[in-house]
Amino acid sequence: MSSDKSIQREESASFNEHSLSYIRQAAEYGLYEIRGMGAKRRVPSFDDLIFLSASASRYPLEGYREKCESKTVLGTRYAKQPIELEIPITIAGMSFGSLSANVKEALGQAATQMGTSTTTGDGGMTPEERESSKTLVYQCLPSRYGFNPHDLRKADAIEMVLGQGAKPGGGGMLLGQKVSPRVAQMRTLPEGIDQRSACRHPDWTGPDDLKIKIEELREITDWKIPVYVKMGATRVREDVKLAVKAGADVVVIDGMQGGTAATQQVFIEHTGIPTLAALPLAVEALSDMNVLGEVQLIISGGIRTGADVAKALALGADAVSIGQGVLIALGCNHHAYQQADGEEVDVTADYAKLGTAPGYCHHCHTGQCPVGITTQDPALEPRLIPEIGAKRLKNYLQVLNMELTTLARACGKSNVHHLEKEDLAALTVEAAAMAKVPLAGTSWIPGSGSV
Amino acid sequence: MVSLKQLDLTDLSVRQVNEYLHGELLEERPAGVEILNPDGLHSIAAGLDTKVNVDILGHAGYFIAGMNQQARVTIHGNVGWSVAENMMSGVVRVKGHASECAGASGHGGLLVIEGDASSRCGISLKGTEIVVGGSVGHFSAFMAQAGTLVVCGDAGPNLGDSLYEATIYVRGSIHSFGADAQEEEMQADDFEKVTDLLSRAEMNYDAREFKRVSSARSLYHWNADAHQEY
Amino acid sequence: MCGIVGFLARSEADRARLGQLVTPMLECMATRGPDSAGLALFRSPLPAASRRFALYAGDRAFDWQALNTQYQADNNCTATVEAVENHAALLTDLEAGPFKAWLGRTCPEVHLLSAGHAIEIYKDEGHPEEIARRFHFSEMVGTHAVGHTRMATESAVSPAHAHPFTAGEDFCLVHNGSLSNPYSVRRKLESLGIAFETDNDTEAGCRFLEWRMREGDTLETAIEVAQAELDGFYTFLMATADKMVLVRDAFACKPAVVAETDDYVAVSSEFRSLAHLPDIKHAHVYEPAPEQIYSWSV
Repeated sequence: MSSDKSIQREESASFNEHSLSYIRQAAEYGLYEIRGMGAKRRVPSFDDLIFLSASASRYPLEGYREKCESKTVLGTRYAKQPIELEIPITIAGMSFGSLSANVKEALGQAATQMGTSTTTGDGGMTPEERESSKTLVYQCLPSRYGFNPHDLRKADAIEMVLGQGAKPGGGGMLLGQKVSPRVAQMRTLPEGIDQRSACRHPDWTGPDDLKIKIEELREITDWKIPVYVKMGATRVREDVKLAVKAGADVVVIDGMQGGTAATQQVFIEHTGIPTLAALPLAVEALSDMNVLGEVQLIISGGIRTGADVAKALALGADAVSIGQGVLIALGCNHHAYQQADGEEVDVTADYAKLGTAPGYCHHCHTGQCPVGITTQDPALEPRLIPEIGAKRLKNYLQVLNMELTTLARACGKSNVHHLEKEDLAALTVEAAAMAKVPLAGTSWIPGSGSV
Repeated sequence: MVSLKQLDLTDLSVRQVNEYLHGELLEERPAGVEILNPDGLHSIAAGLDTKVNVDILGHAGYFIAGMNQQARVTIHGNVGWSVAENMMSGVVRVKGHASECAGASGHGGLLVIEGDASSRCGISLKGTEIVVGGSVGHFSAFMAQAGTLVVCGDAGPNLGDSLYEATIYVRGSIHSFGADAQEEEMQADDFEKVTDLLSRAEMNYDAREFKRVSSARSLYHWNADAHQEY
Repeated sequence: MCGIVGFLARSEADRARLGQLVTPMLECMATRGPDSAGLALFRSPLPAASRRFALYAGDRAFDWQALNTQYQADNNCTATVEAVENHAALLTDLEAGPFKAWLGRTCPEVHLLSAGHAIEIYKDEGHPEEIARRFHFSEMVGTHAVGHTRMATESAVSPAHAHPFTAGEDFCLVHNGSLSNPYSVRRKLESLGIAFETDNDTEAGCRFLEWRMREGDTLETAIEVAQAELDGFYTFLMATADKMVLVRDAFACKPAVVAETDDYVAVSSEFRSLAHLPDIKHAHVYEPAPEQIYSWSV
């Protein structure tokens, strides 16, 4: 029996605090909410998988002595110059504009030190970024802000972006406060206006015409560099097949947890499927097309740890791509930023001014990033010193790769790409069904018919 | 020095033609290049970055003279989608009609279409000047950021939808405006600009016959009460 | 996502070499659709009582004579069969309804591709050039033809999913694009008792138009109704016994080019496949406008 008091104070499951606040906001402002980062809701993820590492039936490699290879080659299908990386962990496309020039430089430095690639974003390539990145992937986006043949010829690969996990089918949004003079100039926009990015490319629509577009890009770059096709994860099986038919060297699938600098919250939380579900579909599509190993697969969207990377590789990815994890390594959502002398300066009050707190911030869209990462504000930008950021990011990538090789060795692999889905079991029925690996302790894969 | 280089697409592939235009051409320095039998093939003369006259003799396909820099490319026929897309500089002239998305995302240079251009002409324009001798199809200059579109004929539905700072001049009728596009009074510098572009495009019209269309700039900042079409 | 082609011959000479003209057009569009291909051919109509049924069997060594013998015995009527590999045309005096019922009962492994007085459809999975060769497209004679090369988007690659799609008699449709509400259109039609053979979006469009025509619309008025009900992207090329009709959606996101001379009307996704037609240099070449219905009569 519930007491009077508990009835009086019972929260409605449908109209809980979250929904009430949403409705009040909508009623007050009359516009949908724009924010940064990725989905906040809980979805089945790589955390719901575990490795069946070696014991008696399999023997592990010695953790500190026997080498485990992590070299990764991307773009072997048509390109004369495929991308060769030391680790299967790449930096996802994030624009100068959403990020400061300092941050772009830090990304380049860290990636170069670790032997991996960085990626431009909407808004084009900055000289700092090109300079600091040994391997730079140049995105071709629907808006084509700052896109030009000079930079195209300087790129090591092209990424044709059809969409991202945070907003498949939707365009981007950069609010006026981030359209600084330099950003405006690079994007050919008036300073300080809200920039609305297109969601469809201006010069082609559909995979049959994409095939012709990719050929044009190859003609312009004389068939030297690889062409990636990046898509948000929705109808993954069909989309991957179409990217292969359209001539992609590499397919990049970004799950729903993938981040963004700014878009409608309704996209972030309500479009796309989780990374865990997307990856097996993409692998099946490549297998159906008989191009496994010929067309490489990069998976992204909520990859945080070395375990995530290892599980992604085991499920069939050739590499992963990380955006939000990289920003967090730089100091995103930390209560303080680090000065050149190593001293930390607390900025909790700056988070409070945005109406948030360290650990909860998704205010990339405002340009008021308290730790100087997602900003164009001359006062905030110096809070991230490129060398300090680069060092932290290098450390992070190093840990990911060490964890990856450690897990691989524990599974008896001398190469991280030898991880396979049979090395995994699932902890939940949902994860078992999505990843198509057996529920731990059983041989049951939901939906497969085998018990 | 070769006076005129002829490349025939019945014998050569587009790859071979472009390879010549990107490489050997720079040493050979012919007075001009003629490309024969384009027959609707795609990406011919894409990615040029040198001062050279290229004449394509016949109808061509998609992405002709894509991302052009410096070169002067003339197509003696019709072109498919996205001619001179993302052009940076130089001149691309289509003697016939152009299909959709002509001049898409162009940053610079001059694109002349003597016939009609169909849908989305000048979409996402970033600085290129486009002169169309005939009419343009629907959603022309969609989200155009900078540059100029001169239409000597009529404009189809939704002209200049979500326009930023590009300017459109139309001589004939305008079926309808897209969100945030509006007609404005022609000023002295508009007449000057149109006159100059018509003369460079070799079109025989009087600037006084044109209307000016540009952005009402009502989508530049969020405003819940404006019923904006975001 | 695909390549589409169509050719309507206005001269006797071009009717006699219809296959020679349309086959290279189709093969040229293989780059847009490498998965499967098909061609609908319209000949001079048979007498009112007679019909031609185009049949497809998965087995390339299918015994079509045996099927014909069985058909004649079961239905007590005469028929002739013209077979090429796993494709056959059965000419007989039975109406489409009873024929389809007999086929479903007797030979469920054989699919009815088309029925009518003028139409005959050939389609299969595989590279368009291979399909054109197997079914001798270049030898075909007729008044008009529409063809398709398919890059499958959502539904499976199978012979049944290949275009042209057909419904009723002497009507077919090929499609470049993808509809965004095919399932609700399909459910509406199913509630009217219309049966579907695949989950393909194009089949929904095709059956919708045929349903409207059975309700008394002309193809053109049926298209006007469809423009309000079908959502998404489409360039549709359709044919009936005496017409070829083209329409593009309001956004015109998928391409089409038309070439007209005194002798023919040719349609393709790209000019490339029209470039080698006779007298193309003097043809009126144009791009169809969005939403406008283009109709050419035989």
